Amino acid sequence: MKMNLKIWRQKNANDKGHFFNYQAENVSEDMSFLEMLDVVNQDLVKQGEEAIEFDHDCREGICGACSMVINGNAHGPERSTTTCQLHMRSFKDGDTITIEPFRAKAFPVIKDLKVDRTGLEKVIEAGGYISVNTGNAPDAHSIIIPKEDADLAFVAAACIGCGACVAACQNSSAMLFTSAKISHMAHLPQGQAERQRRVLSMVQKMDELGFGNCTNTGACEMACPKDISLENIALMNRDFMKASLKHR
Amino acid sequence: MALNSNIPDGPIEKKWENHKFKMKLVNPANRRKHTVIVVGTGLAGGAAAASMGEMGYKVKNFCIQDSARRAHSIAAQGGINAAKNYPNDGDSVYRLFYDTVKGGDFRSREANVYRLAENSNLIIDHCVAQGVPFAREYGGLLTNRSFGGAQVSRTFYARGQTGQQLLLGAYSALMRQVNAGTVEMFSRHEMLDLIIVNGRARGIITRDLISGEVQKHLADVVVLCTGGYGNVYYLSTNAMNSNVTAAWRCHRKGAYFANPCFTQIHPTCIPVSGDHQSKLTLMSESLRNDGRVWVPKEKGDKRAPRDIPESERDYYLERIYPSFGNLVPRDVASRQAKFRVDEGRGVGKTGIAVYLDFADAIKRQGEDKISEKYGNLFQMYEKITGENPYKTPMRIYPAVHYTMGGLWVDYNLMSNVEGLFVGGEANFSDHGANRLGASALMQGLSDGYFILPYTVGNYIGSTDLDKVSEDMPEVNEAYQQSKERLDRLIGMKGTKTVDEFHKELGHIMWENVGMSRNKAGLENAISRIPELRKKFYQDVKLTGSANYVNSELEKAGRVADFLELGELMARDALNREESCGGHFREEHQTPENEAKRDDDNFCYVAAWEYGEKGHVLHKEDLSFENVKLATRSYK
Ligand SMILES: Cc1cc2nc3c(=O)[nH]c(=O)nc-3n(C[C@H](O)[C@H](O)[C@H](O)COP(=O)(O)OP(=O)(O)OC[C@H]3O[C@@H](n4cnc5c(N)ncnc54)[C@H](O)[C@@H]3O)c2cc1C
Ligand code: SF4
Ligand code: FES
Repeated sequence: MKMNLKIWRQKNANDKGHFFNYQAENVSEDMSFLEMLDVVNQDLVKQGEEAIEFDHDCREGICGACSMVINGNAHGPERSTTTCQLHMRSFKDGDTITIEPFRAKAFPVIKDLKVDRTGLEKVIEAGGYISVNTGNAPDAHSIIIPKEDADLAFVAAACIGCGACVAACQNSSAMLFTSAKISHMAHLPQGQAERQRRVLSMVQKMDELGFGNCTNTGACEMACPKDISLENIALMNRDFMKASLKHR
Repeated sequence: MALNSNIPDGPIEKKWENHKFKMKLVNPANRRKHTVIVVGTGLAGGAAAASMGEMGYKVKNFCIQDSARRAHSIAAQGGINAAKNYPNDGDSVYRLFYDTVKGGDFRSREANVYRLAENSNLIIDHCVAQGVPFAREYGGLLTNRSFGGAQVSRTFYARGQTGQQLLLGAYSALMRQVNAGTVEMFSRHEMLDLIIVNGRARGIITRDLISGEVQKHLADVVVLCTGGYGNVYYLSTNAMNSNVTAAWRCHRKGAYFANPCFTQIHPTCIPVSGDHQSKLTLMSESLRNDGRVWVPKEKGDKRAPRDIPESERDYYLERIYPSFGNLVPRDVASRQAKFRVDEGRGVGKTGIAVYLDFADAIKRQGEDKISEKYGNLFQMYEKITGENPYKTPMRIYPAVHYTMGGLWVDYNLMSNVEGLFVGGEANFSDHGANRLGASALMQGLSDGYFILPYTVGNYIGSTDLDKVSEDMPEVNEAYQQSKERLDRLIGMKGTKTVDEFHKELGHIMWENVGMSRNKAGLENAISRIPELRKKFYQDVKLTGSANYVNSELEKAGRVADFLELGELMARDALNREESCGGHFREEHQTPENEAKRDDDNFCYVAAWEYGEKGHVLHKEDLSFENVKLATRSYK
C-alpha cells in the first residue's frame, strides 16, 4: 500500500510548527502504525533530514508513551487501541493520514509529535497513593476485599497515563485520568483513610496546572485506549463534594 | 582481583537475618546528608528509590522515559511468585528456593536465591497494602495460578497486567516521596557514564534528552537498576528503549559483566510477520495453564488447524514431559518448539511457529472464564495478527525475552566497584542459566524494597566517604569523554542508518548466539561483530544535532554499546563448553536432546573484566550445600 501523510513538524515549544507532506511506500497491512513511521524516518535520515520525533517504548499498548492524534482522533480511529497497537490494515491504499501531537495547554510540544505530559505526574504526586512505608505491611490476607470491589479497582487502575483523554477534550480536562486513580483507591479498604484528602488535593492540583473543566461531552471516554469509564468522574465528583463539605 | 561473594556464614535460613543484624546503621538524622543516585525507575529502581526516600536519604532518580511509570517493568504480564502457600498445595520458602535453583540449572548462588524466596512473601504484603489490585476469589482472598517449572500454584497476578499494577504501586510510592521532597526525579535523562573517584563510584554523567545538555551528578552511592539487554538481538520482547548502555559504561569502567551469554528465549511470542518488524510481543506464559501446544504429526501439513483431527496432532510437550506437560520451563519449551520447526512441522504461512490451542479449555470452562483470565492477551493477539484466538489456535514462536546475565554483584548487590550497586534485571544474581516465570518481578521488588535499602545503608555507614566536587579531574574526564563520544557519533555522515546496523547485529546474534549454539557459529559471530563495529564507525549516518531532542543519536549510542556486548556474549558462550538452562551448546546434549551440564568444569559464574586488549575471565565457584546438584528433569 501507499500512504499520503500530513505530519506536524515543530522544532521546539517556541516554534510555530507546520504540516509537512510525506509519502510512505510499500506499506504492508501487518505493519503497525509506528512501524510505518519507522520506515518514513529511515528514508528521511538517508536523505539527510531529521527524523520525526515521537514518544513510544513498549509498543504493546501498556506503557502509555505513544501519543498522536491521527485523522483528528487521539490514538487514531480504532476504539480501545493505543497508537502503537494500531495496524495498517485499518487503512486503505492511497489514504491520506493526518498526524499531529496531543494538543493541550498543559501539554507543551517538545518537538514534532513529542509533548510534555509532566502535568499528569504532578497530579499523582499531589495524592495518588496510599501512604505506607516499606516494611509496615500486615499479612496480605488480613485485608479481605470482595472480588467485585477488587475488580472495580483493577478496571480503574488500568489507566496507562497516556493523556489521550486530555487531548480529546475540548477543555483539555484531565478529569478522566485523575478520576481513574481516585476510583482505583476508593474501591479498596486500604484507600479509605486518605480518601477525602486525596480527592481534594488531586483536584486542586489539576486546576492549578491549567487542565480545564469537565463539560460532560464524553470525548475522553471515546478516546481512552483502556476503556476508563465516565462513571469514575461521577464517583470523583461525589467524593469531592463530600470532602469539600467536610473540610470547608 | 579475587571475587568475593561475601555470603554470610551460618545456615541458609539464618544468613540474611544474621547479616542484617550485623549491618552498620545510619542515624536517621544523618541520612539526608547522604545522596544516593538510583538509575532506573522500573520495579527495582522505583522500589529502591521510594524506600530509600522513605528512610530519609537524599535520592536522585533517573529514567529515559518521560515518566517513571513507563519503565519497561510496566509490560510484564503474567504474574509474580511468592511462597505464601495460600492454595495449601505444599509450597514453602524452601520449595520456592529449590525450584528456582533447579530452574536456573544450578548456575545461581544458593544464598541469594534463598533470600529471594524469603522476601517473596513480604512483597505481596507490601503491594497489597499499597493498593495493588491482585486477582481475588469471591471470598475476598487472593488467588493464584501456575507458571512453568513449578508443580504448585504460587503466582499472584492482576489479569494480564501484573507488571503494570506492581509498577504503579512502586510509582505511587515514588511520587509520594517526590512530593515529600526526599526524591528528586530526572525523567528523560540518560546515563552515559559512571564517575569513579579513588576507586569508588561517586556519580554519573547524564544527557538531558530534551535540551541535549551533558550533566554531572555526584553522590555517595550509585545504584543501577537499568534493566536487561535483550535488545542486542534487535528483535525481542523488550521495550524499544531498553538498552545496555548504563551497565556497559560501568563495565568499561571496571565493573565485571557476569554470564553475559545467559539469555532467555521465551517460548510463547507472536511470530515475526515481516522485515518491517520492530519488536516482538510476548503472550504470557500463564497461557500455558490452559493452552495446549501442538504441531501436526505430518511434515508440511498445510491444512487449517481445526481441520487436523486429534489423532493427527502431536501435543509434543505433553508427550515428552508427562509430569510437567505444557508447563515445562521456558528453555525446554523453546528448544522443543525449535526442534519441531527444524523438523519441518512448523505451522502458519512461514512455517516458523507452533500452535497454542485453547479449544479444550474453552469447552471445559466456557469462553467467559477464559476471557476473564486472559482477555487482554487475546485482544492483543487479535490486534497484531488479525486472528481471533477464541476461534483458532494462536501461532507462537520463541523470542528473546530476558537476560539472566548482567553486572556481577556480591551478596550485598554491590559490584566489584565499591559503591556501585546493581539491582533487578541489570544484575546477574538470582536466576542462573534460566529464569522461571514470574520470578523477575519478584527479584526486582526484592532487590528494590527489601535488600538495597539495607545494604546501601550498611555501605554508607561503614565507609569513610571523602568529599567530591564537580571540578575534580576524574569527574571532568568522564564528562569530557561522554561529550566527545556524542560529538563523534553526531558527526557521522555515512550511508546507513543506526537501525540497519542494529538489525544486522541482531541477525548475527540470533543465528549464532541464539537458542542453539555451536563452536563454528560462535567463532563466526566473534569475527563478524568487530567488523560490523568498524563499519558502524565508518558508515553510520546521523542527522540533526546533539543539542536538542534527537532519538537517532540516542539509538546510536545504545547500538554502539550493543556492538561491543554482542561480541562478549559470543565469547562467553564459546567459553562455556556445556549446556545449561537457556545456554544450549549443540556439542553438549544427551541422546534425547536435553542439555548436558558439566559440573566438574563449569560450576562457576563467568565474570568478565573489560580490558582494551580483550576481556579477562574471572571465575566465582558455585557450591551447592542445600540443593544437591542433579540433572534437571521435567519428565
Ligand atoms: C513483555 C514482558 C513480560 C514480562 N512478564 C513478566 C512476568 O509476568 N513476570 C515476571 O516475573 N517477569 C516478567 N518479565 C520480566 C520483567 O518484567 C523484567 O525483568 C523486570 O520488570 C525488569 O525490571 P527492572 O526494574 O530491572 O528494569 P526495567 O523495568 O527495565 O527498568 C529499567 C529502568 O532503567 C532506566 N534506564 C535504562 N537505561 C538507562 C540509562 N542509560 N539512563 C537512565 N535510565 C536508564 C529505564 O528508563 C527504566 O526506568 C517480563 C518481561 C517482558 C519483556
Ligand atoms: S484515562 Fe484513558 S485516555 Fe486518559 S490517561 Fe488514562 S488510559 Fe489514557
Ligand atoms: S508505545 Fe507503549 S503504549 Fe504505545
